[in-house]
Amino acid sequence: MPTKTQTAPASLYRRDEGLGLWEHRGKVAAVGVGHSPADRRWDGRAETSVGAYAIIALRKAIEDAGVSPDQVDGLVLDQGTTTGNRWEEGRPIPDDFQKAFKPGADYDDGISHLTTEWLLANMPELTGIKFMQYGSGCMSNVICVAAQAVGDGKANYVLGLKAWDNLEGRYGQGGNNAQDTIAGRSVWSNVWGMSGPYYAAYWLNKYIETYGGSHDQMANFVVNSKANGLLFPEGYWAQNRPEPLSREDYLNARWIVKPANLYDCDIPITTSAAYLFTTAERAKDLKQKPVYILTHATARPKFKGVELTMEGCEDSAASLARKLYTGAGITANDLSFENMYDGYTLFHHYMIEGLGYAGLKKGEGLSFYETADITINGPHPVSPSGGNAGSGRTRFWMHTDCIQQIQGRAGARQIKKPAEIGVSGGPHPRGGDFTVWSSTPGN
Amino acid sequence: MPKQSPIPDELSRPFWDACNEEKLVMQHCKACNWLQFPPEPTCSECGSKDNLEWKPVSGRGKIHGYAVMHDCRIRQMQAEQPFNIALIELDEDPGGINMYSNLPGTPVDNVPVGASVQVVFETTPATGQKVPEWKVVS
Repeated sequence: MPTKTQTAPASLYRRDEGLGLWEHRGKVAAVGVGHSPADRRWDGRAETSVGAYAIIALRKAIEDAGVSPDQVDGLVLDQGTTTGNRWEEGRPIPDDFQKAFKPGADYDDGISHLTTEWLLANMPELTGIKFMQYGSGCMSNVICVAAQAVGDGKANYVLGLKAWDNLEGRYGQGGNNAQDTIAGRSVWSNVWGMSGPYYAAYWLNKYIETYGGSHDQMANFVVNSKANGLLFPEGYWAQNRPEPLSREDYLNARWIVKPANLYDCDIPITTSAAYLFTTAERAKDLKQKPVYILTHATARPKFKGVELTMEGCEDSAASLARKLYTGAGITANDLSFENMYDGYTLFHHYMIEGLGYAGLKKGEGLSFYETADITINGPHPVSPSGGNAGSGRTRFWMHTDCIQQIQGRAGARQIKKPAEIGVSGGPHPRGGDFTVWSSTPGN
Repeated sequence: MPKQSPIPDELSRPFWDACNEEKLVMQHCKACNWLQFPPEPTCSECGSKDNLEWKPVSGRGKIHGYAVMHDCRIRQMQAEQPFNIALIELDEDPGGINMYSNLPGTPVDNVPVGASVQVVFETTPATGQKVPEWKVVS
């Protein structure tokens, strides 16, 4: 039986330039953060399923905010919990999972998919939910939808959730990719073997052709990101394999799609995160320091053909920056730090160039990685969260870190300069959603 | 190089039928003179539904860029790796439409970016459906 909850309409997202200040600038705040444990793959047990981890994250976010569960009246999530393979329909569901949880709307609900029906059936404490919507894609979409819902007055305390599962087998190599025919939109890429970080690799080749430089210049960024990730207690690497990455390890890694190597790719994992959002007014009385949202913005560049060119990526990044700064009422100089997406690592520099972060212009990103102090100790921290490179494939470490940096709760990752305004989002200028966070509601 | 055979649907069938005749065609909007690929139900420029036709193109293009696949997710092509994946821009639409190609005949990781290419057609093993490929001509 399909889910009854609707997906947020495209019109919700601030995709166009020229929209001016976000109408709810400074009026919505993040007040709670919750994370589940992080594992490499699901081991088949009920308590480590994606559904179980989603519940853990949601309960922690509620507790972190200091509200009672029945006060929560809004729920936003992404139904999708993987960009790999789902549990095969018809494959028996493990007995202990069926005993532990009530069913939801889909055959694999709580295993490789997640609906509001499943969550409400298995979180009886959420008695006050009146608003539910899907923000499809990533936590970045969920944040836009949740923030807009609070700002529009659709609910007072909105939980935003993104859950990730990872089943057995090499990522993305089953299903349609294992067949000798292909149908649907995938024909336009699969037939020629396009998969994984191809587009990021092609972009980097084009970037080097245009501006000079080499893949080796990525080393500092990736090594720094891994180091930051090991300071993220909720992250996969910190919990399971706390091994630093050396420059030599990075430069000698095998190619996946040359010039993207193993460490330019993020490791698929299973874990969940949740945030609680409320109005700025309500946030004042809660447990944690409010982190205000100044705006959200969306990149959905139109392009012809099968791929956005590198030049198109640069244009989209610059357009995104204009949307973010106009919507938030800030400039590049106001950014204390940035947490733009990094999975794959090879497209991060387009985003910080587009932002003009640290005064960067097009073509300067790789040199910046190589020569500047990009650590949490420096004047222009780059990806203090460590991102996906540092903690595994979730697309939400960046958001958690923004909230925690501004709250002063980033622990060993806390940047040394005052954390006043940060930006996060992704996946990337080819398509993504982004948020500007602030320690104050703005002027 | 063995490739997955694409299964045509109602929207893409004219493209794949033309490939079987070793012709390259693109969707063209008569209302605003817009070429687009992959095919869509409406014109992505003006939104027209009723003015889309299939127009033959020259089959000439240029290599815009490339990367080299070393660890492919598509099982059928794993035996062939590493292999080139280039992005080809059509002469009719520079800076616009692009298509993937494995550049048959071009050495791996030795791709002449900017070179002119000509479309050729390969037969895929599962169904015999032909698919466009591109070969360097200069």
